[in-house]
Amino acid sequence: MSIRLENVEHVARLARLELASEEKDRFLGQLNAILNYADKLNELNTDDVAPTTHVLPIHNVLRDDKVRESLTIEQVMKNAPEEEEGQFLVPAVLE
Amino acid sequence: MTQAQYETVIGLEVHVELHTKSKIFCGCSTSFGAAPNTHTCPICLGHPGVLPVLNRQAVEYAMKAAMALNCEISSVGHFDRKNYFYPDSPKAYQISQNDRPIGTNGWIDIEVNGETKRIRINRLHLEEDAGKLTHMDGGFGSMVDLNRCGTPLVEIVSEADLRSPEEAKAYLEKMKAIMQYCDVSDVKMEEGSLRCDANVSLRPYGQEEFGTKTELKNMNSFRGVQRGLEYEVERQTEVLEDGDKVIQETRRWDDAQGRTIVMRTKEEAHDYRYFPDPDLVELHIDEAWQERVRATIPELPDARQARYTADYSLSSYDAGVITSSKKMADLFDESLNYTKDAKAVANWIMGEMLGYLNQNGKDIDEVKLTGQGLGEMLGLLEKSTINNKIAKTVFKEMLETGKAPQVIVEEKGLVQISDTGAIKEIVEKVVAANPQSVEDFRAGKDKAIGFLVGQVMKESKGKANPGLVNELLREVLKG
Amino acid sequence: MTILDMNVAELKQRLKSRDLSSSELVEASYARIAETEASIQAFLTLDEDRARTAAKAWDEQYAKGEADSLLAGLPIGIKDNIVTDGLRTTCASRFLENFVPVYDSSVSRKLKEAGAITIGKLNMDEFAMGGSNENSAYQTTRNPWDTNRVPGGSSGGSAASVAALQVPFSLGSDTGGSIRQPASYCGIVGLKPTYGRVSRYGLVAFASSLDQIGPLTRTVEDAAHVLQAIAGYDQMDSTSANVEVSSYPSALTGDVKGLRIGVPKEYMGEGVDPVVKAKIMEALKVYESLGATWEEVSMPHTEYAVAAYYLLASSEASSNLARFDGVRYGVRASSPDNLLDLYVKSRSEGFGQEVKRRIMLGTYALSSGYYDAFYLKAQKVRTLIKRDFDEALSRYDILLAPTAPTTAFKIGEQVDNPLQMYMNDILTIPVSLAGVPAISIPCGLADGLPVGLQLIGKPFDEAGLLKAAHAYEQHTEHHKLRPQL
Repeated sequence: MSIRLENVEHVARLARLELASEEKDRFLGQLNAILNYADKLNELNTDDVAPTTHVLPIHNVLRDDKVRESLTIEQVMKNAPEEEEGQFLVPAVLE
Repeated sequence: MTQAQYETVIGLEVHVELHTKSKIFCGCSTSFGAAPNTHTCPICLGHPGVLPVLNRQAVEYAMKAAMALNCEISSVGHFDRKNYFYPDSPKAYQISQNDRPIGTNGWIDIEVNGETKRIRINRLHLEEDAGKLTHMDGGFGSMVDLNRCGTPLVEIVSEADLRSPEEAKAYLEKMKAIMQYCDVSDVKMEEGSLRCDANVSLRPYGQEEFGTKTELKNMNSFRGVQRGLEYEVERQTEVLEDGDKVIQETRRWDDAQGRTIVMRTKEEAHDYRYFPDPDLVELHIDEAWQERVRATIPELPDARQARYTADYSLSSYDAGVITSSKKMADLFDESLNYTKDAKAVANWIMGEMLGYLNQNGKDIDEVKLTGQGLGEMLGLLEKSTINNKIAKTVFKEMLETGKAPQVIVEEKGLVQISDTGAIKEIVEKVVAANPQSVEDFRAGKDKAIGFLVGQVMKESKGKANPGLVNELLREVLKG
Repeated sequence: MTILDMNVAELKQRLKSRDLSSSELVEASYARIAETEASIQAFLTLDEDRARTAAKAWDEQYAKGEADSLLAGLPIGIKDNIVTDGLRTTCASRFLENFVPVYDSSVSRKLKEAGAITIGKLNMDEFAMGGSNENSAYQTTRNPWDTNRVPGGSSGGSAASVAALQVPFSLGSDTGGSIRQPASYCGIVGLKPTYGRVSRYGLVAFASSLDQIGPLTRTVEDAAHVLQAIAGYDQMDSTSANVEVSSYPSALTGDVKGLRIGVPKEYMGEGVDPVVKAKIMEALKVYESLGATWEEVSMPHTEYAVAAYYLLASSEASSNLARFDGVRYGVRASSPDNLLDLYVKSRSEGFGQEVKRRIMLGTYALSSGYYDAFYLKAQKVRTLIKRDFDEALSRYDILLAPTAPTTAFKIGEQVDNPLQMYMNDILTIPVSLAGVPAISIPCGLADGLPVGLQLIGKPFDEAGLLKAAHAYEQHTEHHKLRPQL
């Protein structure tokens, strides 16, 4: 399986990345090299193999419904690039 | 050309916020109405390095809701990440359940035009809510408040079994009632704790295949849902009648303009890249846990409706109206601890109370009437301490103040006049003042007495015992 | 011997007897950093004021005889992807250049409880993606053994600072070898605990199902002490294991008589430098002399690990790094045209090449139509790899292998070939996929550069792993070698 420039562009859009045209070309080559290498996984028959999401056999990690203290508004906004009246400001979102 | 050429097909996606005290994956409060971003912490702000820990109560509320909707409960579940960029989603993914929802294959029954119809529910899954955006005037920007972000939410997806906007509304009302009965949510559309999106398509009658659907968003009230759907059905009908094709797209209901507007087309559809969230572990729901939760489910609207028709001989319609709101049904049940006259209770609730709510644009949560008050008021009526007319005044006062009926009667001096002498005095006065009506009555127009009774009641400021008035009038008129 | 070359036990003994103060130790650390940093470039941020204040407080405790905690008054360096309240945490990324956290990671909190004093934050490959520190947005840390060479990565700053005696020990994180490989290149000890042993709360996620924090030290005993301080169940991390933490230092008996060692033949294959193999064979002779036995074992799915790892880790990373959107913290592009522009510009300006490459790979692997072929397939192969370990570890007490196929390579040598770079992790990645613990310890020099010996243990048996590593260390002198700076 090999990917094309339009795949690179589509993926960049999904990932919210902007790539210069030489970057696109470079990534195209590198991603293809990596994906061709990954193709070796298909040497293995995994029809009856369950996927591993977690290596630990743990389940039902739950917390009690207790309210804990929130941050102060100063802490919330401490790293905010732009703030307006205690809220994060972004360019106008058009519905 | 008539509209009936096409059959309407609707499926609903309902979002219900669960009213846990804390958020689904962190300890921030879920309470509504706090100053922006004051109910946030590194976890729900999506700061680097934070991890989610699942709220047990959220899981149990979701299980309870799923059970009440007759769903099968998955014995093993997990959470997935739904990846998309939007300022209301701080991690740029929503923790949701994609391929293993908590509940599947459920149903609810709705009643439309006197007929019961079963609507299948495809799935119910647990997820986290997003934050809120406020758009600044003049297009300077949008402000992000993440207080709501992380509030537990269940998404309930129906099959495309609904065939009209009325059915959709009935489904949504039933859904609201069930969630209310289960006490898992405030289900207030105006506060966003109950939200609804719809998939709408048309197809020629007799055709099995579904037509192209549009997804409808932003219907923020029950009325909005019905209006939005009606508009969309009409719009699609026109498109088809013009020989055009419906385009698969997402449309937004604009309540002020009364129309739906394109938000995005299929080409712009998201690629959510779901995958199991490695920060959370599997959820195993065994029989014992299921039974513990099942035991907390109270009598649900359908069962209560059946009980009311069987035990109190209410009509199915009346029982349906009363059980459509848990508060109303509870009021009904409580009243019957103080009176035996279930019919009268039903009539007062459905007539006077609903009329009052409608007239004043109020919600049942805002009235202060208690079941005890209503029951005791009916007792006063029965004992003729008050008459029907006074009762209406007392009832309105109870709705607004919650005072006991005896207290209201005393405070306002509303006790019925049953003193024969006092009433006879007024009767004679009225007879003397209305010779024409007296003549009519004597000429055989029995109806004329109604007018005279009215005059006596008016003269007594509504307090005269109507039975006595009637009796004494006839006595005086017979001469 | 400089005080900075002393181990934890010696330092604590001197602090207790008040031959040495915590303040002196902290000053010595900063002096050493000032002296060597121009050539090593390990630190991104120093926390001098708070460190000095903390040292004074510990000195008072020691004066009262009340300093009992594990690491009381000892300096530590922390990898810059571990969140430290009030102390800039950049992950060596432009994106977080000015990011000052408002909460503490669980390990940072535990370290404070244990008395450790944070000297500063250590360089790394951006967001832990890389094996050389060349992917740092700020500086390339140098290998103290040869400053033209990389220290390894991604915990390169953590390894180099310990090897250069700037701090007695440090914390790193390991996703596919990021503690063990730099430990190997820098000639020190690096321990990757069992997945779930140490809380990930506050570790900026690269690949959540693989990431694990661990110590980098100069001796095995020090690794035991530091692990003791940070290990254990944490209710803030759902994937943290509720498994009892034993006393690691007391496990170090030096006795490995009867220890059964498995040597996976796939880890001694063609790609491994003969000089590295020779050192491993010498190490096996040492174990034999101590009464241990070894035999070759096959782990047939080893060759698939790198491919599975890059798909899984990149997929998780693509989602983990999506939160860096310029809305709540971090870089924001100036005057964006609209929301999309804000996202795209902020992220494109904030992230370096390797990070973008992995986000691209991961996004592709998860995207509609490819999920089954890449992500799901890789998860299934992960199951097969884990089975290899389950089986081998049921027959042997530990597995023994090289940590890396080669010694440290030259700066710039591999930057243009990501796939070749990825292959440096071929011997550490399978262990990460299986989630089992492993340690890299020095086993000698080859052409003047350190070689690392990797020991792999059973899940949650860090005690057994440390014991085996310690026995070897006690009978060799490799850990006493120091680079000439």
